[in-house]
Amino acid sequence: MSPRRDASEERFGWLLCTPAVLAMLLVTAYPILYALWLSLFRYDLRFPDQREYVGLANYASVLTSGVWWESLANTLIITAASVAIELVLGMLLALVMHRVLFLRRTVRASVLVPYAIITVVAALAWKFAFDPVTGFVNPWLGLEQAWLTERWSAFLVIIITEVWKTTPFMALLLLAGLTLVPQDLLDAARVDGANAAQRFFRVTLPLMRSAILVALLFRTLDAFRIFDTVFVQTRGAQGTETVSIVGYHALVTRLNLGLGSAVSVLIFICVIAIAALFVKGFRVSFAAGEES
Amino acid sequence: MKPGSSLLDTLFWRAGGLLVLVYALLPVAWILSLSLKPAADLNDKHFVPGELSLEHYQAVFVDAQFPAAVWNSIGIAAISTALSVLLAMFAAYAIVRLRFRGRALILGAALSIAMFPPVAVIGPLFNLWRTLGLYDTWPGLILPYMTFTLPLAIWTLSAFFREIPWDLDKAARVDGATPLQAFRHVIVPLAAPGVFTAAILVFIFAWNDFLFAAALTSTNDARTVPAAIAFFTGSSRFELPTGSIAAASVVVTVPVILVVLVFQRRIVAGLTAGAVKG
Repeated sequence: MSPRRDASEERFGWLLCTPAVLAMLLVTAYPILYALWLSLFRYDLRFPDQREYVGLANYASVLTSGVWWESLANTLIITAASVAIELVLGMLLALVMHRVLFLRRTVRASVLVPYAIITVVAALAWKFAFDPVTGFVNPWLGLEQAWLTERWSAFLVIIITEVWKTTPFMALLLLAGLTLVPQDLLDAARVDGANAAQRFFRVTLPLMRSAILVALLFRTLDAFRIFDTVFVQTRGAQGTETVSIVGYHALVTRLNLGLGSAVSVLIFICVIAIAALFVKGFRVSFAAGEES
Repeated sequence: MKPGSSLLDTLFWRAGGLLVLVYALLPVAWILSLSLKPAADLNDKHFVPGELSLEHYQAVFVDAQFPAAVWNSIGIAAISTALSVLLAMFAAYAIVRLRFRGRALILGAALSIAMFPPVAVIGPLFNLWRTLGLYDTWPGLILPYMTFTLPLAIWTLSAFFREIPWDLDKAARVDGATPLQAFRHVIVPLAAPGVFTAAILVFIFAWNDFLFAAALTSTNDARTVPAAIAFFTGSSRFELPTGSIAAASVVVTVPVILVVLVFQRRIVAGLTAGAVKG
């Protein structure tokens, strides 16, 4: 890599990046600005003639409706529950993948199966598994439960599906962090008489702090966007609507571009808020890391 | 075997490994079992089918909907992958090899788009695509897939390109190779694994997407597999065609699982490269 910086190199760099940057601007930045603009209008595609500027009225009606707040709460419940379970399960998976010698290749490869499966297919597989007419879960547990017809049991099925599908991704990120923990540090701790639990909580975990934060950030933002699983399993019925489902229904099912765009912008703001919280967390964590 | 590991230790990790296998494969085995049950046994609630039948596989291929969706999915995912990886290659090369002020900006933009909620743009895209005539067409899905996979491709490729000893091509030039020869025989083989890894990850993303497919397509012209399966209708409106759904799911899942198993190492390297080095 050459240390010099000249105008032609600068130009060539931009030239090479222009197609990618243009594509990203065209399909994300432009639509989100367009959504911002649309959200200020009453604009229903079924009644296009009634389009008119309404200022922040769309936001007012979204923010004063129970639907938005309920769906936001649902999304946060699903996000918090699945990410928390994934962190614990993902750490266990990562430890097994790190330590397992027997069938090592098979075990490591099998973990990629949930990652590679189409989410819709995974959601349907679990839906059929929990189905009271078709599924094997009720006979195995000795229950007669119609899981997807009640709110909390539906949440349970949705969260199980999410956890099953995305824990491997979490585990791989954690495994990458785990392999960076120096073995001699663990051996030294063992010699000093630390048991397995102490070695894990006092040595391994602190060294993995940044890997854990990165994995949590990725998965939290991803879980917040949850759409496929809920759409396939309940279509948002039984009070399981998430913010993405609300946005989809407003835009695509009801063709209400004004209200739907307001929902889109609000989701966008939520995502920025979550990312900002994590960035703050990173700073705190690194500051703490430097002190200790 | 690591020093200090006892028999108990070994057994513990073996059991752990087996549990991981069961965890990963249980739903796959279940959907396979459903797809092979004769229609009369679909509701027998047994995990293992009593009798085997291929009737559901015949049914999904007789119907025009599913073959069309498979064709759309393969075509759209392949074109999106090719375009995304091509654009990402240019950008990643510039980021790794050239000194210019936009580098941090472009990596940052890529990262923010990786976190972008797709549902926030489906409304505007829906409206825009209808005006431009892109609604329910291949380009209408290729454009969003290409864009939303660019961050993944740029990060993965940059991570791989950083490891390439680029000066080798100068050495080849000194030895008398033309720039094109040096590029073809030195740089291309070195860069190929990274490009291939990025391509697999991008393909899986495009193959998996449901939101854009559900919002931006409506007919067999461009409807992809996830949307087709989710909106499958049976012979009667009120009955979910469980058997057909299961058979279609197996048909689209098995090839992807095989690819993943064969290229396991690369996928793991690609998935973690962007996150850890970023």
